[in-house]
Amino acid sequence: MKLFTFKNSITICVVLAAVIYLLPTFFNCWPHKKINMGLDLQGGMHLVLEVQNIKAVEAEVERTIQEIKKQLRKDGVKHLGIARLNDNSILAKFQNNENKSGFETMLSKNFENLITQRPEVDGNIISYKLSLPETETDNIKKMATDQALETIRNRIDEFGVSEPDIRIQGGNRILLQLPGIKDPERAKDLIGKTAQLTFQIVDDDADVDSAVNGTPPVGDEILYQNKYNSTTGTSIKIPFLIKKRVLLDGSLLTDARVEFDQFQQPQIGIEFNRKGARIFDRVTGENIHKRLAIVLDKSVYSAPVIQDRIAGGKARITGSFTLNEAKDLAIALRAGSLPAPVKIIEERTVGPTLGSDSVRMGLISMLAGGLFVILFMVIYYKGAGLIADLALVINIILIGGGLAAFQATLTLPGIAGIILTIGMAVDANVIIYERIREEIRSGRTALAAVVVGFERATLTILDANVTTFIAALVLYQFGTGPIKGFAVTLCLGIIASLFTALILSKTIFIFILKNKQMSKLSI
Amino acid sequence: MQLIKSNINIDFIGKHNICFVLSIVLILVSIGSLVIHKGPNYGIDFVGGTLIQVKFSDQVPIGKIRSGLTNIGFNNASVQNFGHDQDHEFLIRTSNLEMTTKGLSQSISEAIKASTGLTPEIRRVEMVGPQVGKDLRKKALLAIFYSLLFITIYISGRFEMKWVLSGITAGSLMTAVYFLSVFNVSMIVLITGALVVTLVLFWSLHLKYAMGAIVALLHDVLITVGIFSILNLDFSLPIIAALLTIIGYSLNDTIIVFDRIRENIKGEKTSDTLPALFNKSINETLSRTILTSVTTLIVLFSLYFLGGEIIHNFAFAMIIGVLIGTYSSIFVASPIVLAASKR
Repeated sequence: MKLFTFKNSITICVVLAAVIYLLPTFFNCWPHKKINMGLDLQGGMHLVLEVQNIKAVEAEVERTIQEIKKQLRKDGVKHLGIARLNDNSILAKFQNNENKSGFETMLSKNFENLITQRPEVDGNIISYKLSLPETETDNIKKMATDQALETIRNRIDEFGVSEPDIRIQGGNRILLQLPGIKDPERAKDLIGKTAQLTFQIVDDDADVDSAVNGTPPVGDEILYQNKYNSTTGTSIKIPFLIKKRVLLDGSLLTDARVEFDQFQQPQIGIEFNRKGARIFDRVTGENIHKRLAIVLDKSVYSAPVIQDRIAGGKARITGSFTLNEAKDLAIALRAGSLPAPVKIIEERTVGPTLGSDSVRMGLISMLAGGLFVILFMVIYYKGAGLIADLALVINIILIGGGLAAFQATLTLPGIAGIILTIGMAVDANVIIYERIREEIRSGRTALAAVVVGFERATLTILDANVTTFIAALVLYQFGTGPIKGFAVTLCLGIIASLFTALILSKTIFIFILKNKQMSKLSI
Repeated sequence: MQLIKSNINIDFIGKHNICFVLSIVLILVSIGSLVIHKGPNYGIDFVGGTLIQVKFSDQVPIGKIRSGLTNIGFNNASVQNFGHDQDHEFLIRTSNLEMTTKGLSQSISEAIKASTGLTPEIRRVEMVGPQVGKDLRKKALLAIFYSLLFITIYISGRFEMKWVLSGITAGSLMTAVYFLSVFNVSMIVLITGALVVTLVLFWSLHLKYAMGAIVALLHDVLITVGIFSILNLDFSLPIIAALLTIIGYSLNDTIIVFDRIRENIKGEKTSDTLPALFNKSINETLSRTILTSVTTLIVLFSLYFLGGEIIHNFAFAMIIGVLIGTYSSIFVASPIVLAASKR
């Protein structure tokens, strides 16, 4: 029998291809596709963030209210209050018919996208309920998630993580895989920062203390400054009464860098673009001798008194930052603010030492389990056992090659899957050998027994493996990171064991029997 | 070498009454334990919470770690030894999800340092929000349900040529479950209901092989989950992976036996010889059944003893599953097919 028939050549090619794909994992050579290690093996952080994109809708509704008020002022229409309700609709109240018709014409002219319900009349007060169309809120939500993804990607890029994987995971969730991250807490802090920078005027006309105990004046809000005392190690909160109107925000920034003041204390120097610089120039000019609060994520960082008009569009954010805090804040400001706050809803962090321990233990148990199975097969089936063992080794090479070729990720459960495959892969050989033994007992010659044995066992083996394959596919569909890795190695293992048992072993058997002219089989 | 003699003839079918009693007792004990413990002992994957694995360079009394955690208000945190004693590793579990100012793991690290005098190495942090936990629980149940149904379609198709019938049955069950799940029906109630309906349908539609297989699989899954519940072991994501693999493995065994039954049954007209025929089939495949279990158990034990603490429970679940799965394909699946054939 010739060695290089068409079928044999293909078999050899498959095995060779697997070996070639496996090589780069151990040596640095072509085709340069190493087996990807999962976060649980190389260490790293897996995060799932939830973008609270309803906040983006709230912000849009608030913006719309401001625009309506502005337009009404312009048209000279008086209202009795326009406010946002909890379900993100707008309630606008008017008195007498003149204002009613003024409002309605204004609506149809400038805000025809809003859905208006039939007005309710209570005495001489007419109230309207307006809302954004659902397509628009959905769009805002989607945009918020997309923008959050972009912003977080920029921040991570600047933070310096090699090969991060950041993607949207259904609706408003963002999945982050950050391999080999050194300081997970710092990264989490940076990712979670909303980084909404605003410049607002401090209201010095009203009394802060009475506002804290009672209610702040209309158009004002109370924000706090966190003062950290490094000698006592405690921090105190100082209340500020701030005018709600935002004069300038971080969206017009072009740069943010860490700088040092004369005491070598880090601070952040920011620079606005031309439009921002113009606004900054005007705002500072209009508010000389008032205090300008620099507000970041609803807390006051500093509120210096404006001494003079500031041209050039440069400003500084001071506060008691550590160097890393200042660096991260600068990154966040440069990368832009999140359109809505994010919340970490799932975190899995594995330290690098645990990862390498897992790899070591996984390999040890794979070797131990493999050796026992190999010994068992040789003792039980003698010569045929050796062929099964060869098939087993090639099986593992095929799984490894497959992982590298498909760029699948190897995880700790994935290693368990390979180990399990070692135990189950010999099953196909066992089925065939038991069948061959039966055929020999019923009086067939060695070659005939092998041929009939393989023929009869093939269908059984296929049936038995298809069901495990179905379970593995469902698992792949359902699983997250590590579990997916298990499903992948299980699937690869099944395919590899079908190949090694039904094609490779058979070829070897028939080759040996035909060439050696053996009449007895070592089985 | 031969472990099982080729002329072996054990009367498996004749003993099916004893086995049915044994299986029913095991199932009842499992359900009982699940009821008493109010479901499996879900890990943080399924109920939410935080798990932190810490390692110390030296011996640390567990009480000191606890007192450190109590100092920062983590009264409900559980601390347990993890792995070997000489590793000085501990697992801290709490239902707290986040802290306001500092990261959770950082504050825990500082609190433990204050109470023990040693800086712990934080080796692993897992935090799962309650919503994620709920989603995962739902997905896990659905995964088990779907894989059972897909497998039954395959079995009915391959063994009885009833592809269309079983496909329609399973398809409509899946659709029903899908639509009902939208209406916030409790997932456990829903899946249990769907499985009961499946069994009744398969029985009345004479899908006897699929019926035998699905009963055996439910038997395996239920008992494995029950043993986990009795031993109070953590029920986490990898355990779901183990359960699905057990389904695949146990079925593997079952199909090999079914396959032989199908081969032997060809040409048989009367049902009088069926018990003997079933017995013959089980005996003929017995050698293979035992051998494969042995090789699989070899690797599983090596994984259990050498694979490290994280994979420990997974390996344990698989070991139980392989044992129960081997038992069920001999003593549960075939007798049920036989009972359905006699009808």
